[in-house]
Amino acid sequence: MAYDRGTGKLPGSGRPGTPRGTAAGRRAGVRAALAVLPLLFFGAFFAYPVAAIVTRGLHQGGRWRFGRFADVLGDAGIRHVLWFTCWQAAASTALTLLVALPGAYAFARLDFPGRRLLRAIVTVPFVLPTVVAGSAFLALLGRGGFTDSLFGLRLDTSAWAILIAHVFFNYAVVVRTVGGVWAQLDPAQEEAARMLGAGRFAAWRRVTLPAIAPSVAAAALMVFLFTFTSFGTIQILGGPRYSTLEVEIYRQTAEVFDLPTAAVLTLLQFAAVLAILALHAWTVRRRESALRLVDPALTAHRPRGAAERTLLGGVLAVIGVLIVLPLGVLVTRSFDTPGGYGLAFYRALGSTDGGTFSVAPWQTLWNSLRFAAVATVIALTVGGLAATVLVRRAGRLVRGFDALLMLPLGTSAVTIGFGFLIALDRAPLDLRDSWLLVPLAQALVGAPFVVRVMLPVLRAVDERLREAAAVLGASPWRVWREVELPLVSRAVAIAAGFAFAVSLGEFGATVFIARPDDPTLPVAVARLLGRAGPLNYGQAMALSTVLMVVCAASLLLLEALRTNGSGEL
Amino acid sequence: MRTTPRRAVGALVLATAAATVLAACGSDSDKGKDAAGTGSSGGGSKTVTLVSHDSFAASKSVLAQFTKETGYTVKVLRGGDAGAAVNQAILTKDHPRGDVFFGVDNTLLSRALDNGLFTRYTAKDLAQVPADVQLDAAKHRVTPIDSGDVCVNYDRAYFTSHHLAPPQTFADLVKPAYKNLLVTENVSTSSPGLAFLLGSAATYGDAGWQGYWKQLKSNGVEVVDSWEQAYNDRFSGSSAGKQAKGDRPLVVSYASSPPAEVVGVTPEPARSPVGVSTGTCFRQIEFAGLLHGAKNTAGGQALIDFMLSRTFQQDMPLQMYVDPVRQDAVEPPVFVKYGAKIAHPTTLAPGKIAAERDSWVGAWNSIVLK
Repeated sequence: MAYDRGTGKLPGSGRPGTPRGTAAGRRAGVRAALAVLPLLFFGAFFAYPVAAIVTRGLHQGGRWRFGRFADVLGDAGIRHVLWFTCWQAAASTALTLLVALPGAYAFARLDFPGRRLLRAIVTVPFVLPTVVAGSAFLALLGRGGFTDSLFGLRLDTSAWAILIAHVFFNYAVVVRTVGGVWAQLDPAQEEAARMLGAGRFAAWRRVTLPAIAPSVAAAALMVFLFTFTSFGTIQILGGPRYSTLEVEIYRQTAEVFDLPTAAVLTLLQFAAVLAILALHAWTVRRRESALRLVDPALTAHRPRGAAERTLLGGVLAVIGVLIVLPLGVLVTRSFDTPGGYGLAFYRALGSTDGGTFSVAPWQTLWNSLRFAAVATVIALTVGGLAATVLVRRAGRLVRGFDALLMLPLGTSAVTIGFGFLIALDRAPLDLRDSWLLVPLAQALVGAPFVVRVMLPVLRAVDERLREAAAVLGASPWRVWREVELPLVSRAVAIAAGFAFAVSLGEFGATVFIARPDDPTLPVAVARLLGRAGPLNYGQAMALSTVLMVVCAASLLLLEALRTNGSGEL
Repeated sequence: MRTTPRRAVGALVLATAAATVLAACGSDSDKGKDAAGTGSSGGGSKTVTLVSHDSFAASKSVLAQFTKETGYTVKVLRGGDAGAAVNQAILTKDHPRGDVFFGVDNTLLSRALDNGLFTRYTAKDLAQVPADVQLDAAKHRVTPIDSGDVCVNYDRAYFTSHHLAPPQTFADLVKPAYKNLLVTENVSTSSPGLAFLLGSAATYGDAGWQGYWKQLKSNGVEVVDSWEQAYNDRFSGSSAGKQAKGDRPLVVSYASSPPAEVVGVTPEPARSPVGVSTGTCFRQIEFAGLLHGAKNTAGGQALIDFMLSRTFQQDMPLQMYVDPVRQDAVEPPVFVKYGAKIAHPTTLAPGKIAAERDSWVGAWNSIVLK
């Protein structure tokens, strides 16, 4: 079938009696229309606020102060921060892929009891406030911890602690992003290659690897962005000797109040993120291929043979030590009251006597759920539309749009929070006093996940299916509903799960948006931890445990919603 | 193939509907607040907006009493720690978010005043406040509300079991007996960390404090980034630190930490597990001010007056773990019984802090962290 992939124009795809040119024009028009909402969203809630705060820093006294670039870049301390930021992110990403890819395989292809629950649990560190998770992590792997008393292995205040904690936090990104695609690959393709004489490894390299490569690259990119902009982990586990660009931006904005330096650092971080994205685009452009997506339930099997059992055992051991045990420490602490083990801290969550809040702490859970639900809907809408636009192969402009959508992940929370405050204060965008500000900020971080998770799957949908439907006279809406949606419903569920989890756990931007007093759960945990006394600390642990359980439960629920339909795929 | 899209669409619709309902709840309750807050009495707003940091807290009943006395309802906006909150207020000073700002302390006061954040207001009960905490007495742009002392805290159990007297002064901390015992905070990212540095500078002077820190460093002081880590993870005397297997019996914290360790513990212990080294304290004073360009000036003035009233002042200790500035305010029994009274805290003038802070932080970094 000869058609031009560049524009997606298919000869004869217009309706009978409609000139071809008009049909192509209409499709371009539809694409443009779909792009409007995401563009408006990112323009109003990202580009504009960030531009406002950066301009405030660099445009002072009526003229631009670009000389600040030379000052900041000339500072040896800043250059050291840049170097450390880059290498720790690269090392963290490599280590995370190394540790989590076997996990992605095990969750995708091996059927074992408790698989779903475990997949939900490994996502929990991703949403926990860093200071809580970091503390639990230290108790296990730091001084006097489990590994210290057993093997004399201490992982506090060293670069290793940072790297391993980054694996702990980002394990789920790889397992869910790569595993999502892996689970839907048809194993028959690899088997066919082997029957045709390819060795086990050659078959994997030629068939499976190209198919999962885009999602591995997407996962690596997200892990890199998260570790590149790491804040809490560096502070808790690295100590004051280690600093990332993100920590430096926070310090310059919130403590030193040197907005020009903060603006320069923000632009540096942008440049770095864009460079990463360019590299990413360059590596994956040629690897995308149409995949045969099948029902994940059909691809998973009970572990067979010694190799698979060893692999599963190894994956479970890593998860056990690295993720489940630290989370267990946290749960234990929430019951460990001064009067012995009990529910005192949980009971205190219902009272307003503690003084930290004008509402009972448990009500912050309701705030969080409410905000996260709204943020998820916004992120799915914006990210879904954006992914739909991006999937059609198109020119440079659209690829630029792709990069734009990723920028919020590489932007400091304090920059976004302060930007909101000074930019969204006049009509028609007078949102400073609106509750909507929090879900908007959260959706900004959730939407890139939606795009990243959906794009590889959308691109994998065989173009011919769409075209066949169109040839048969289906409207674009109908093609989307009847052809694409069923194929991507799993990706939608995963994307929704990510967006929801990110929103539940989002702390940075939320804390910098001064707002009418309805703290989210992570903000409440931070407030409780900021006070002395066993009751405050215990409540923080109890509240974190609640967050953990709610997160795991919502992810399980999302997966259950998804499986109802996919059995008939 | 038929039912799949419908179910998927169904789930999506369900989620959207749920979110819309949730969103509606949110906006309804906001509207409710507005309706209650915005009365129609002569056009003046019945809501007064307080902008503060994340540590601000007041009892519901106390805020209700303010409404009962004045007719104004308080809306609280909080954003980040004290430094971030002050910076936000400066960024939005041409279009302020509220009427009153609370939470600028003596270490940040000059930054706020130099930026013209506040307008004059002389609070009603100012006579009840000692002169030494009225740092803007000439112009009355800010009103002192509370004070708190940043001091070294010690783990009583550790010093008892080691038959060692706990350190009491800055000079004690560099003695060999206390080697490797102290954990403090990074002065760049933590306000108690900065206060401790300022305390040492006030004690040893411009010329001497760097030498003091060199001694502290060779005596094994540990530095972490935040108070939370120092107190909850590293300090062996707090209940959280015990759980986290903290091994440092000395920590830079607050004079109010000992009573906090007792609140909620049953039965009440005879004394707090945490003690205060009373000769190591630096006094922080927190101020409130009427924001320049406030929409509800009258309401803001009433709120500042109320924050100096005995009702509010006596509520503060258990809400924010700070001391009232009002002389006739009665402290809660738990503070009287377990708290430490600091007779001679160190302090520095806000102008001096503003002038020296950056160079001191830089020097501290190269002495202690490098």
